[in-house]
Amino acid sequence: MNRRSLVSFGVLVLGISVLLTATIVAQVPAPLAKPAPTPKAAPPPTGKPYTPPKTPDGQPDLQGFWTNSTYVPLERPQGVTKEFYTPDEAQEAIKKAAAREAEQTEPGTTADVHYDFSQFGLDRSQSTIAQSLRTSLVVDPPDGKIPPVNAQGQKRAAERAAARKTAGGQYDSVQNMPIGSRCIVMGGSGPPMMNAGYNANYQIVQSPGYVMILTEMIHDVRIIPLDNRPQPAQGVRQWTGVSRGRWEGNTLVVETTNFNGKNAFRGGSENMKVTERFTRIANDMIDYKFTIDDPATWDKAWTAEAPLAKTEGPIFEFACHETNYGIANILAGARAEEKQKAEQAKKGSN
Amino acid sequence: MRNRFLIRVTVVVMTACIALAVALVSAQAPGYRAPRTPDGKPNLNGIWQAINTANFDIEAHSAGPSPVLELGASGAVPGGLGVVEGGVLPYRPEALTKRNENRANRLKLDPEVKCYLPGVPRAVYQPFPFQILQSQKHIMMIHEYAGAVRTVYMTDPVEAPADSWMGWSNGRWEGETLVVDTKGFNDLSWFDRSGNFHSDALHVVERFTPRSADTINYEATIEDPKVFTRPFKMSMPLYRRVEPNAQILEFRCVEFVEDLLYGHLRKQQSK
Repeated sequence: MNRRSLVSFGVLVLGISVLLTATIVAQVPAPLAKPAPTPKAAPPPTGKPYTPPKTPDGQPDLQGFWTNSTYVPLERPQGVTKEFYTPDEAQEAIKKAAAREAEQTEPGTTADVHYDFSQFGLDRSQSTIAQSLRTSLVVDPPDGKIPPVNAQGQKRAAERAAARKTAGGQYDSVQNMPIGSRCIVMGGSGPPMMNAGYNANYQIVQSPGYVMILTEMIHDVRIIPLDNRPQPAQGVRQWTGVSRGRWEGNTLVVETTNFNGKNAFRGGSENMKVTERFTRIANDMIDYKFTIDDPATWDKAWTAEAPLAKTEGPIFEFACHETNYGIANILAGARAEEKQKAEQAKKGSN
Repeated sequence: MRNRFLIRVTVVVMTACIALAVALVSAQAPGYRAPRTPDGKPNLNGIWQAINTANFDIEAHSAGPSPVLELGASGAVPGGLGVVEGGVLPYRPEALTKRNENRANRLKLDPEVKCYLPGVPRAVYQPFPFQILQSQKHIMMIHEYAGAVRTVYMTDPVEAPADSWMGWSNGRWEGETLVVDTKGFNDLSWFDRSGNFHSDALHVVERFTPRSADTINYEATIEDPKVFTRPFKMSMPLYRRVEPNAQILEFRCVEFVEDLLYGHLRKQQSK
């Protein structure tokens, strides 16, 4: 998501003024409190298995405020061959990644038109990080890379690219702009729940028969029934699919299908199945694994691990669409630029 | 003669039965004791929905035509008896003028048309279901429309950190009743499609009282001294969605209003 928002904000190069920057800033609620940087990591195994507390109706208790903010990339970086860093190497990787995040605020750069991530507490280093020593979130295949896209997946990717080309430039119409910038859905909601770049916060609430996950970004809610009800008919297709959950011991297993395919994870198909496994392994840590099963894109299912660390609440309302001045201003800027170019061309030809 | 006597007796007996039934049903509300959650609180968990015309107009209103010509009868407004106690909203004179302007320019101004968050109490009586999820610390109210959501803080009341569309809700139990106190609203949401509005001084106190296994008595007391001369109350029943597969589905309406909001900024295709 971070990459995507960077791309979308890259439009500011178009010469749209600082005013726009101010309105985008206004769109992002300031954090309630600035927590100290507290990287959290799974405790070393002590031999004693952790037993999570139970809710009054007997479910393992996952409730509270959590974050999946992390600097660990989804895929293992080039040149890294091992599965885990040493603690020193991990710190070094965090430092490098944090420096890259700060780069965009360097005066005089294109990115400087963007609001200052560190000033508004949006860089990851200022909030709780669900850190691990892993070199990639992908754990299977063991090389830490998403498997190669198969022929069917490549064909679909080419068709999607062609459709985008036919639709025109990214700033020709709102429909050509990134889904997240349009405030429809962001990567944090998932499933799978991916680190959102900033405000990567969640609230989990359980009631008898249900687990609810509130994603801070765009106040996105997933209500997961635990009663083994079947998936709805194929006619029901949703941006975040339809989730069904069950407890396997202390692990919440959630299967999601019925995606609409408009925002498929990593170029997947609408028939993707996402299986998530939530296990509370410490008071302040949930082990979160997800498996992507989509034979129309990858010949083999693949799995990643992106832990959730306990963080502070409460979560404030993220009314994204309601004050999305950015979209209107970006499109207006693009139209103004076209007009200016047309006038200049006219002058030139006279 | 005999027949007439029999009819009269039958009528009396039937009337008595109906009266008794009515008395029993209406007596159920104050006396009803809801099933309990595992931690002993009245159990309001479930998917609920209002069945009335309050989202068109919270005041009493006659049926009317569709504001969009092409929708014909399918977009027309059904009449309604109103949900406001006393029938008429106690507007300040200048606020009433604004309401009437809102009403006249509804298609341009109603936040619902633009897929904006609905505010409170409108979210409760929009024609969409919402789910109540009770935990010990928090009660979630999750609305299908625009994915609007409220967290009701039950054990750790928090003062609104800033104004918002859905406000900031703290809750408590008064016997069978869930009382939700919400403040910290912005002045941007409306009460209905008829331009009834509020300011950022809005304070809503809602009372959710179970009246039977599948119904709740819902009351909202509205206080907003900038707009109204006195507090007023609305009330209505909420009904449980009893379908075994009932669930809140996505209504991500942003996508449905993009051409309406940004269509004029689309690049003109060169001819």
